[in-house]
Amino acid sequence: MMSKKVKTVVFHVLVSIGGLIMVYPLLWMVLSSFKPTEMVLPTSGQLIPTTWTLDNYVNGWKGFMGYTFGTFFGNSFLIAFTATFGTLISSSFVAYALQRLHFRGKKLIFTLVLSTMMLPAQILMIPQFMWYRHLNWVGTYYPMILPYFFAIQGFFVYLIMNFIGGIPKDLDESAKIDGCSYYGTYFRIILPLIVPALVTSAIFSFIWRWDDYLSALLYVNRAYMRPVSLALQLFSDPSSGSDIGSTLAMSTLSIIPATIIFLIFQKSLVEGIATTGIKG
Amino acid sequence: MSTKSIRQNRSSFNAWVNKESTAGFIFSLPFILGFLMFMAIPMGLSLYYSFCKYDIQTAPQWIGLDNYIRIFTKDTVFTKALGVTCYFALVGTPLKVIFALIVALILNHKSKAIGLYRAVYYLPSIIGGSVAVAILWRRVFESNGTLNAILSKVFPGMAGYNWFSEGPAIWVLIILTVWQFGSSMLIFLSSLKQIPKELYEAADVDGATKFHQFWTVTLPLLTPTIFFNLVQQTINSFLAFTQSKLITNGAPRNSTLFYTVYQYNKAFPASGKSQMGYASALAWIMLIIVSLVTVFLFWSRKKWVYDG
Repeated sequence: MMSKKVKTVVFHVLVSIGGLIMVYPLLWMVLSSFKPTEMVLPTSGQLIPTTWTLDNYVNGWKGFMGYTFGTFFGNSFLIAFTATFGTLISSSFVAYALQRLHFRGKKLIFTLVLSTMMLPAQILMIPQFMWYRHLNWVGTYYPMILPYFFAIQGFFVYLIMNFIGGIPKDLDESAKIDGCSYYGTYFRIILPLIVPALVTSAIFSFIWRWDDYLSALLYVNRAYMRPVSLALQLFSDPSSGSDIGSTLAMSTLSIIPATIIFLIFQKSLVEGIATTGIKG
Repeated sequence: MSTKSIRQNRSSFNAWVNKESTAGFIFSLPFILGFLMFMAIPMGLSLYYSFCKYDIQTAPQWIGLDNYIRIFTKDTVFTKALGVTCYFALVGTPLKVIFALIVALILNHKSKAIGLYRAVYYLPSIIGGSVAVAILWRRVFESNGTLNAILSKVFPGMAGYNWFSEGPAIWVLIILTVWQFGSSMLIFLSSLKQIPKELYEAADVDGATKFHQFWTVTLPLLTPTIFFNLVQQTINSFLAFTQSKLITNGAPRNSTLFYTVYQYNKAFPASGKSQMGYASALAWIMLIIVSLVTVFLFWSRKKWVYDG
């Protein structure tokens, strides 16, 4: 039998090696972005740069076709923030109705909410494109923002519903006795109490909107409107005048928002996934 | 109208608005409108177009079942794409779920460092869908890329190996999806915590080995979670788009052509006319396939999932 101490050491060594393998590609990207660009390929088996440089960041930030990455990052923030705001408001409205109120058609609506989880963007891609084309929305941000103000992601409704389910009903009842309407109950009682669920939803929504490449590909056709996802893909093509180093540098910058959010809110993210099992 | 009747109207309006059924309807309104505007209408519209020849430039032309007949009888690329997608889903999903389970079992440990380990193993899942990772993946698997540079130190024969040739290319994408086992792992971890300790103590008293305990206690109690992860990850892998579009775009010779990428290429071809009607038919077939797979998984549920 191994002693307990030996077992603990073996455990930590194994788990650390596994963890290193997991993040190795990411580490490689981050560290290579500090190598002189002509050294990236010849030293691709080496993690730590021999000479450190910020040139790739300076060159990469200049962007292409006359727009810097500042523009692209600004666009991504605008889209991700607005869409996330819409998701939170609309999803919490619907979640409140489905969890607390009785009305005709509630069962049907709940079934439809669940079914939206089965109808992801990839299936709706062509149908929505044709519809938005009818509405003259192609070439605008509308397809990337407006739908999110209508609780179309069942994930978030479901996540918030579960959370509201854990709030004692007595609170609603006593608000009602005090003369609070259903609307007042939502704004004064429910909304302040579901902040943790809203934080979890906000994190997921923000990261998904930030990463969204498909809608940018379909709907953005002007250079100054490109979000980071689309800009980065075009930038990575050598015909845009980029090199390996600057592509890696901009790739690194593009994952920083999601990584920071993840590190700060790790706990609520982990709990959110554990309780609702939504995809991350 | 007299002021009295206005007042009456207003108060009856107030009474109506404040009824529970009205409030429920009003709070649900965003979803009702959103579902109609952004799902039902587009899906309905595309059902209609799936029976048409439609190149976007000119008016759609009704051709009945032609698109569907062509897809099922003449379109060998469709068969190829469906095969590639099924292979990816059938190989990638179980691998991912098994990995997630193994790592969760290892991490289900009392230690101060668990939070850090969990974060490290989960990080790839949080950024795995980004364009940055797609770019990174191409660099890692290039013939003069990172992976070969490391592998060739141990196996000199691997220097310059072409991962993007016909056999291994799909594995580049499978490895990418398996790498993102983090969210399944977290779900496993939380269900492992819910298994009552008494069950293990009882097994200990009976003299069961750790291995035996796993098969008789842990695994049966985890089957609902395994089921949940399988359903979710299977659906996800049927719908993978961004990474396959950006990393291989179907090459070489369609050996990594995912269904969703094929559909995209029909609707927005690099050259030639758009085939929106045909792509609509492909979208509807995909919807039916995903629904059938889900129904099948739920049907299989009662055969192997243990419900306390």
